[in-house]
Amino acid sequence: MSTLRSAKDPNYQKPLTRLIDTAAGPLDLKSHEAEGGYSALRKAIKELKPQDVQAKVKEANLRGRGGAGFPTGIKWSLIPMGPDAGTKYIVCNADEMEPGTFKDRLLMEQAPHQLVEAMALAGYAIQAQTGYIFLRGEYVVAAERLNRAIAEARAAGLLGKNVLGGEWSFELYVHTGAGRYICGEETALINSLEGRRANPRAKPPFPQIAGLWGRPTIVNNVETLSNIPHILLNGPTWFKELNQGKTSDAGTKLYGVSGRANKPGCWELPMGTTARELLEVHAGGMRGGKKLKAWLPGGASTDFLLPEHLDLPMDFDTIARAGSRMGTGLITVVAEDQSIVSAVRNLEEFFARESCGWCTPCRDGLPWTVKILRAIENGQGKTGDIEQLSKMTRWLGPGRTFCAHAPGAMEPLQSAIKYFRDEFEIGIVCDIDEVKPDVCTLPAGLPDITDDRDLATKKAS
Amino acid sequence: MAIIHVDGKQFEVKGGDNLLQTCLSLGLDIPYFCWHPALDSVGACRQCAVKQYKDGDDKQGRIVMSCMTPTTDNTWISIDDEESKEFRETIISFLMTNHPHDCPVCEEGGHCHLQDMTVMTGHHNREYRFTKRTHRNQDLGPFIAHEMNRCISCYRCTRFYNDYAGGTDLGVYGSAANVYFGREKDGTLENEFSGNLTEVCPTGVFTDKTHSERYTRKWDMQFSPSICASCSVGCNISPGERYGEVRRVENRYHAELNGYFLCDRGRFGYGHVNRKDRPRQLLVSKDGRREAMDGGDALEFIRQQLKAGKPVLGIGSPRASIESNYALRELVGAANFSNGQSALDAALARLCLDVMQKGTAPCATPASVEEADAVLVLGEDVLATAPRIALALRQAAKGKADTLCAEKKVPDWQAASAKDIAQRQLNPVFVATPAKTRFDDVAVATHRAAAPDLARLGYAIAHALDASSPAVEGLDAKTTELAQRIAATLKAAKRPLVISGTGCGDAAVIQAAANIAWALQASHPGAEICLAVPESNSIGLALFDAADLEAMLARAAAEPSVLVVVENDLYARLPAAQVDAALAKATLIVLEHQETRTAQRAQALLPAASFAEGDGTLVNYEGRAQRYFQNFDPAYYDRSVAIAESWRWLDRLQNGDAAQENLDDVLAQAEAALPALKGIAAAAPNASFRIKGMKVARAPQRQSGRTAARANIFVHEPRSTQDADSALAFSMEGVNGSHGIDRPPELLPFAWAPGWNSPQAWNKFQAEVGGSLRGGDSGVHLFKAGASRPAYYAAVPAAFKPNGALRVEPLYQHFGSEELSSRAAPIQERIPATYAALNVGDAARLGVNHAELVSITLDGQTFSLPARVRPDLPAGVLGLPVGLAGVPPLKAGSAATVAKGA
Repeated sequence: MSTLRSAKDPNYQKPLTRLIDTAAGPLDLKSHEAEGGYSALRKAIKELKPQDVQAKVKEANLRGRGGAGFPTGIKWSLIPMGPDAGTKYIVCNADEMEPGTFKDRLLMEQAPHQLVEAMALAGYAIQAQTGYIFLRGEYVVAAERLNRAIAEARAAGLLGKNVLGGEWSFELYVHTGAGRYICGEETALINSLEGRRANPRAKPPFPQIAGLWGRPTIVNNVETLSNIPHILLNGPTWFKELNQGKTSDAGTKLYGVSGRANKPGCWELPMGTTARELLEVHAGGMRGGKKLKAWLPGGASTDFLLPEHLDLPMDFDTIARAGSRMGTGLITVVAEDQSIVSAVRNLEEFFARESCGWCTPCRDGLPWTVKILRAIENGQGKTGDIEQLSKMTRWLGPGRTFCAHAPGAMEPLQSAIKYFRDEFEIGIVCDIDEVKPDVCTLPAGLPDITDDRDLATKKAS
Repeated sequence: MAIIHVDGKQFEVKGGDNLLQTCLSLGLDIPYFCWHPALDSVGACRQCAVKQYKDGDDKQGRIVMSCMTPTTDNTWISIDDEESKEFRETIISFLMTNHPHDCPVCEEGGHCHLQDMTVMTGHHNREYRFTKRTHRNQDLGPFIAHEMNRCISCYRCTRFYNDYAGGTDLGVYGSAANVYFGREKDGTLENEFSGNLTEVCPTGVFTDKTHSERYTRKWDMQFSPSICASCSVGCNISPGERYGEVRRVENRYHAELNGYFLCDRGRFGYGHVNRKDRPRQLLVSKDGRREAMDGGDALEFIRQQLKAGKPVLGIGSPRASIESNYALRELVGAANFSNGQSALDAALARLCLDVMQKGTAPCATPASVEEADAVLVLGEDVLATAPRIALALRQAAKGKADTLCAEKKVPDWQAASAKDIAQRQLNPVFVATPAKTRFDDVAVATHRAAAPDLARLGYAIAHALDASSPAVEGLDAKTTELAQRIAATLKAAKRPLVISGTGCGDAAVIQAAANIAWALQASHPGAEICLAVPESNSIGLALFDAADLEAMLARAAAEPSVLVVVENDLYARLPAAQVDAALAKATLIVLEHQETRTAQRAQALLPAASFAEGDGTLVNYEGRAQRYFQNFDPAYYDRSVAIAESWRWLDRLQNGDAAQENLDDVLAQAEAALPALKGIAAAAPNASFRIKGMKVARAPQRQSGRTAARANIFVHEPRSTQDADSALAFSMEGVNGSHGIDRPPELLPFAWAPGWNSPQAWNKFQAEVGGSLRGGDSGVHLFKAGASRPAYYAAVPAAFKPNGALRVEPLYQHFGSEELSSRAAPIQERIPATYAALNVGDAARLGVNHAELVSITLDGQTFSLPARVRPDLPAGVLGLPVGLAGVPPLKAGSAATVAKGA
């Protein structure tokens, strides 16, 4: 067992994954503490006021790793503090369901104590009495490991009544979701946690003012939270320098590659690492020597980028300037021989299925989009279909819908049409003197998402 | 005040609302679905998009949902903006991807908000070429038909049913484009306000099943401004008729009373009008056989009876109009006129009148009940006796959300946010009743006791509020503590409210409630009282100050007399033996519209008009006189039908066949003879009222097929019946509300405005959307609260001590306790099985198991009922469901002997 590595230790440049050894599995409490685990919590309880913790996180310029990149310190500063603030909650958004994204899973399965400590620290910072980890239901291993870590921490006095003998008490629970993508939207997550339908809430009020059970609530992503113990131990300056000067965004980032790459995976790298490094160095390039056609920078709800964008540093602002969003930072690559129409159709089926059904454009516009894409994919598109899809990207865009779900769904579609319009045009049949094909009959194997039969069964059959 | 700019025009508005409501109030049309004036904004449908600009120079703007955007000063918006228009049309095109093309066979057609909005957005061409999703429908019971394929997922149904009305058995299931609104499985919708789904649903998912069998398009029905007679609230209704039958009843908006919502009893209880067994001709009994007789002969026969020298006694009715009661009083003389109620019922109604008239606490309307921030319900199951008040009570409890929203600086019209913020926090409601109620779920505390103990609790609360009010001796510690808690809560409120009424059958309960309200009123100008009375005209009859039924029956039993009974089934009010004894010597003349037990015994039966065939005035529980107008003339379709209002028959009996009195004449005479009725004639415009020289049309302009309506009888089309009694015209000639011509609210027969065919058209008649109708809230108050407090009531009853016999507590039912609605077939399906409710301990003592028959002896009557063993009833109490099969007329507080066995 080594002792805590100092901030100057070159090996401590990957704070989130420094203790992760996937072959050996996660550390138990004793081993985790031996590596310096929970020393940030001990330090905070002993030496720091809640506001000091908030200040350090703000100074570190930690931005939300769930996809939106909202500064965590600013989010926290909106929560009412003081003796009259009453019941408050800290919630960890661990409903990682973004297609192509698997970073939080790594952190929760392999470093559960890191998240437990982070939740306690965040809870302390905002003076919450209770924390919930809202965990994607399919993450059964993570659930088991988190619950074990929580039990160990509680037994050691790191959670529960009078944490570490101080005045502050904190209970932490894992709540496993029932499998809805929309639960990743923080207010839908709160509704689901309350046992209600997972529909997003109207804002204002923001969760900081009226969140879970109507009380002030902070919702942060797993990766975001996992940074906090390290910021407290080593300071905001150290954290800012973790990017090795590649970008203005602070810290490291769990990046990843999925799709037809040789070695898909997830790696902790300095913020601002280029996509080219991710794909060519870490993921070993495209499989079978194929050329890259397009890539999604960070999940299904980000615009496609082209090979020409590979050298941009992967940070929130640069990728935004390129016309997309960094999102979760786990890129998905599309090879030259893959149909962009099929790729988009696949994504839109996901979004259509995962709509909560609350607002009209999302609920009814996405299935229509899917049906047009299926028609085009099968060479049964009609004149006007591409224009109709383009209209969808406006009608389902920001401000038109209740939440960001449908606008997110429109991002890959609008960029696919922008960059690869010719692929869509191939699927349009000329309807002069043509016997109209029955576009209502779907090819076998494609689920009709508007069918009320069980999708899983249908897919399997 | 706020200045807003809409499409370059400047408007001064009050501000604070959302833009949708503001624009609708300005008369500007913006299409919408999920928003509803009573349910507020949730931003789900995205139909009400408009373009908002930063200022006058901003040319770009951005699309916002008007329902979710606050109306603030210096707001710049455009409704006509091309992008907004295109977006709004697109939303319709999205909704239409799954909506079937079944308008021609859909019962919502012609009165459908979705149709209206589709036309409003200009969407006419379908781009969508794929399949539609389909759903299975459910059997939702006798009232509501379900056709889920038509659903546009606006979520209004569950928001009304669950969030507003407190229902628990309608839900949202599924997600994405497969959202399903229904029950967990087939079955009757349990909530007492389920019928409002037919109006809340913007399309044909939930339609009126009672209408379905005899379906008529809205434009083919004839309507009238009418008043529901199913309880004392006096909700305004719009019955629709075709071919001499009432086909449906819809809500007729009244800001202070029913607002947008009716109870199921009121909406679906109209079937008594259409019953085949109704008396429709004059019937005279000869040798024990009833025979139809020509009008003139029958009236002559009755006149002879009246002149035969025997005393002529009249029995009026609290379910008959002021006019009919007055005409009877005229015929028989004030000394021989009875109010038609048992001594106890009459005394209780009179007591309620005294409390309202002499006391200092104003009487709460349903609208003001909603504004209360602390409520005590003392003894009254208002969901059964005055249902609309129970719905308002629910809103009072939920009013807590408004306070919490204000603290968080969130507008209270943000319905979803208000729900998120308030969670389960409610304004305090205390429910103290003999048995559990279906609004206990909003109560912060419930208390179950026999009526005298409820009165003692009430007196103790009043004493805690004002030590000069009588104290209660020997109250137990627990009740004392509860009384203090309730008193402290009411005192801490801004607008405390006491709800009570005659439901317990105990004067002390009403007196205690009065003491509380008066004690509160001294320090809280917003304190109010709300007293439910049993029938639609109970307070009207109390104003007559007449003898009760027992007194009149005693006279009839003592000497031979001619007994004239108007719209009253005596067997429903007093034990049969008592009625039989009185009728044995009397010549019985009955004016009635139902084939009641009393009507069957009549020597002469005159077919009276129900609310649908006649005009009249009713005085509701708060003393508001309201006019209901004839819906249709049955003789237009069948000349053999001789139905007329009781007051008209009585006038003819008194003044000869040629009597030409109209409604206004009778009412004027009543007002002159009875000072308590002063002002009643002003309840609605009189028969000479005209707009631009025209009457107000009862039927919409497009009514079709009128020339053929009688073609199966005779090809000649007769002239429409001429209405001498009102300013309304039968059929479609006259003012119908188009061309911006306002009709007085009292004369509004139906909700229709150009472009607005659904009940959402009420928007078009309101001064401000969701507020009062232009022209004011209809009806006149015949009295108001006194200026100074009378002496507190001081007759504190002794504590109830069970002594072997059980004390009868009447248990009113939403379905089954009210006489007329109980004669409607769909209501009959909802009437619960009869029972006798026993406390668990009493049942054990008597050795009675649940559902076993018990024999009950009560006021000289013996009958048996299946036992219902209930934990909620206090010990020593026998709860009997009023009006259910096998339950005789009850006198609350009587001692009943109960034994096991039939």
